[in-house]
Amino acid sequence: MNSRRRQVLQGTGGMAVMGLAVAAGLFKPGSAWAQGAAWNKAAFDTRNMNDTVKALGGAGATESKDIVINSPDIAENGAVVPFTISSKLPKTQQIALLVEKNPNMLVANFSIPDGTEAGVTTRAKMGQTSNVVALVKADGKFYYTTKEVKVTLGGCGG
Amino acid sequence: MADPMKIRAAMSGDKVEVKILMSHEMETGQRKDAKGAAIPAHFIQTVSATHNGKVVLAAEWGPAVSKNPFLSFKFTGGKPGEKVSVTWVDNKGDKRTDEATIS
Repeated sequence: MNSRRRQVLQGTGGMAVMGLAVAAGLFKPGSAWAQGAAWNKAAFDTRNMNDTVKALGGAGATESKDIVINSPDIAENGAVVPFTISSKLPKTQQIALLVEKNPNMLVANFSIPDGTEAGVTTRAKMGQTSNVVALVKADGKFYYTTKEVKVTLGGCGG
Repeated sequence: MADPMKIRAAMSGDKVEVKILMSHEMETGQRKDAKGAAIPAHFIQTVSATHNGKVVLAAEWGPAVSKNPFLSFKFTGGKPGEKVSVTWVDNKGDKRTDEATIS
């Protein structure tokens, strides 16, 4: 009984923190983050870029030269492909990494608050040689850039 | 409980550069074991980094982020001695929070 009460209290505590964050304007209501620790399942289920953009709340994306994908042109090991994505677009709010030929395109979606540099580095798995898309939401609009990364050994199979 | 994260937070000019190495399987759900049964997906879904109570980076991840994920970013407004805290939550509800002091 007691332990159950504790869990309930913890749960409400977490929600309260999230509520405060919304009140402070850190998260926009309506974004996936405002709905608790929600994870945007719809976006991670998408299989092409247009669907991903829609699932993230946009309508179409424009190609932009102000987004830079820094990654190896040829990745020897598809299980660990390093990516640095940076955006020079003003008011960059989100940076997402998509790999076209992965079973599900969206790899990661980063929210960039004010004061954080519009650039992230992470490592992703790639099943095979594919175009990689960096999708950036800046000032409410979506922009993208693509780059082909060749993979000599896939990272998704067994 | 998962292993601790390795977090480095260091000043780089007027910005704080944060580097995080998490310890997680990041199982995709696509692989099969020796008997041909699918290995269930197990991966980090949300990550957030905070500094003085303010979120400096939030992320949603899919299973295609590499095993033992690495993440690096920079933010402004930090000073040496202050703390950066990072939390992740995976699809099984496991979570972990670790802190680092800015140097």
